[in-house]
Amino acid sequence: MAATMKKPADAPLTAAETALVAQFGHRSSHLPGNADAVMARDKAVQTIKAHRLPTRKVEAWHYTDLRRLLNQFPDWRSDVAAGPADPLAEDAHRFVLINGQLTERADIEGCQVEGVADALRADVGGVALDAPADADDAIGAINTAFVTDGVRLSIADGAEIARPIELQSIHDGGQVHTRNLVSIGAGAKASFIDRHMGSGEAVLASNVTELTVREGAEVRWIIVQEQGAAASHLGKLTLTLEKDARATIFIANYGGRLVRQEVHAAATGEGADLTFRAINMIGEKAHCDVTLELDHLVANTTSTETVRNVVTGKAQGVFQGQIRVAQAAQKTDAQMACNTLLLSDEGGFATKPELEIFADDVVCAHGATVAEIDEDHLFYLMARGISAKTARGLLIEAFVDEIVEELEEDALIEALEIRIADWLEAHG
Amino acid sequence: MLEIKNLHARIAEDGTEIINGLNMTVKAGEVAAIMGPNGSGKSTLSYVLAGRDDYEVTEGDIFYNGESILEMDPAERASAGLFLAFQYPMEIPGVATMQFLKVALNEQRKARGEDELTTPDFIKKVREAAGTLGVEMEMLKRPLNVGFSGGEKKRAEILQMKLLEPKLCVLDETDSGLDIDALKIVADGVNALRSPDRAVIVITHYQRLLEYIVPDTVHVLSKGRIVKTGDKSLALELEAKGYADIIAEAA
Ligand SMILES: Nc1ncnc2c1ncn2[C@@H]1O[C@H](COP(=O)(O)OP(=O)(O)O)[C@@H](O)[C@H]1O
Ligand SMILES: [Mg+2]
Repeated sequence: MAATMKKPADAPLTAAETALVAQFGHRSSHLPGNADAVMARDKAVQTIKAHRLPTRKVEAWHYTDLRRLLNQFPDWRSDVAAGPADPLAEDAHRFVLINGQLTERADIEGCQVEGVADALRADVGGVALDAPADADDAIGAINTAFVTDGVRLSIADGAEIARPIELQSIHDGGQVHTRNLVSIGAGAKASFIDRHMGSGEAVLASNVTELTVREGAEVRWIIVQEQGAAASHLGKLTLTLEKDARATIFIANYGGRLVRQEVHAAATGEGADLTFRAINMIGEKAHCDVTLELDHLVANTTSTETVRNVVTGKAQGVFQGQIRVAQAAQKTDAQMACNTLLLSDEGGFATKPELEIFADDVVCAHGATVAEIDEDHLFYLMARGISAKTARGLLIEAFVDEIVEELEEDALIEALEIRIADWLEAHG
Repeated sequence: MLEIKNLHARIAEDGTEIINGLNMTVKAGEVAAIMGPNGSGKSTLSYVLAGRDDYEVTEGDIFYNGESILEMDPAERASAGLFLAFQYPMEIPGVATMQFLKVALNEQRKARGEDELTTPDFIKKVREAAGTLGVEMEMLKRPLNVGFSGGEKKRAEILQMKLLEPKLCVLDETDSGLDIDALKIVADGVNALRSPDRAVIVITHYQRLLEYIVPDTVHVLSKGRIVKTGDKSLALELEAKGYADIIAEAA
């Protein structure tokens, strides 16, 4: 991210910023980590304190004024009663994090697992917290400051994990900060469901995930964010694709009040391929931002990005898609599209596609549309006796289901489509 | 069964009057043909009957089984037994034809207080209807009308009509774009639906279709009103003399 940080001229800290600093004071001694981690956490908080949370003046946050939108920083909760949920795909290996504590882990052949809290405490071979490099990285900073736990998972070279792996993060109000570190060994194959769900309680959740896909490996990573209307969710997924690695990143946002999901992806090896898909169902007063930064660094890498949004009520959606093609990255092929179905006059969606191309022999394209429901289509369906509500639902589902069905796995498709139908039932 | 009285309708967007004092009656069991030159308002009339809100009725009324339908939305009219086979069926990406058929059938059944069809019963029904119309089941797995040829779209319309078993069928230029074999299949499909408690309105530009679906009455539409009504011989007369003469005579 470009370091375009501007500090709001000595503005006083907002209530949320004040609470963040104060809570760090109370919490820091309870947070896991060795001496380096303590320093990194401290530095992260100092960075936020010095620069404030990013406002719309920061380019990367232009459409999501975090400083204004993050207007609460709820207290930590110690009396958490929530339990795990059934996995989204029945046969999944399940890991459960409840309010940021890893409470259940699966034993999977060909897969090494460690809790991140333990790894943070380890002096050798542990997990190092990185203090944020620049102040634009607000999600990284908040997560580094407060992260409590997560899953560190590495899949052995050549291992094929047949059943999906579900990382289930249950939020029951308060603060939830998790970090997952996942590496897919050379030639290995795995499928993940990274699920964030919660009660109606106010919560601030952050998640940082680092996903490395080694040579010739294949991964599918599905983020299902289905929290209540009082949840703030800040997610950041960093993806590295080595030679001939293939990844499908699928983001499904069904809930939350303030949502920002960043994906920072880099194709670092020839033949790497990224399929990026997002569906955002945004209603009421929600603000939902999906931001993708993709670097094609070497020759012969490919990517497609398709984003479909349904916006209703007073909701606001954002998609920023930045694709950078380095000079060495000849024969890059990248195709990006963002389509929005706007169901209300008061809702809105901002799309910012950005192609920065430094190589000459590449194929890159992007397109964005915002449309309302097609009245002619609606009439045709109604002329067959289908009620207005059902007919609208059919057309909206058709619009988003098309992307879901690309997943080509019936149980998964059904689970995602049921959530779309439920959302429509509640908001349509 | 259908009584249209002094109907005036205009394009909602710009107020242009298209239907201009139209009167017409269709009895149960009757097959009525509406013929008229291009632009005379045939399709507009069919849309107004179906309840498309691109058009506003400014005067007159439409009675179906004795009751005005003007306040009913298109879905309510369809559930009450009205069916329009579109001149230009719309392509709806992402909605599979089978799913659409099932939802339509069950919504209508629900609206009439009947039980929903089970999936096997539904598939059996579709298979039977598709068989008689020469429609491949493969085609029904595709999104609704998307990529269908002109003829396939028309057959799909008749298939829907067969499945929904409406009481009043309005066929808007169902013959256009069909070769003679397809025309016969479609006509057989319509003829099979003829019954004493059902009425059919066949809108057409040419009398060719009327050789296969023989009408009881023929109405000539010009500039938004019926200018002449007769029996099936009127269709032949139109074919021989052309619209201009007949319309001039009627004026
Ligand atoms: N929605 C519309 N917008 C603009 N013009 C329309 C619209 N509907 C009908 N018309 C006009 O009204 C007239 C009658 O059209 P139509 O009912 O389609 O005639 P027909 O089916 O007899 O050929 C034509 O001049 C047509 O251009
Ligand atoms: Mg017409």
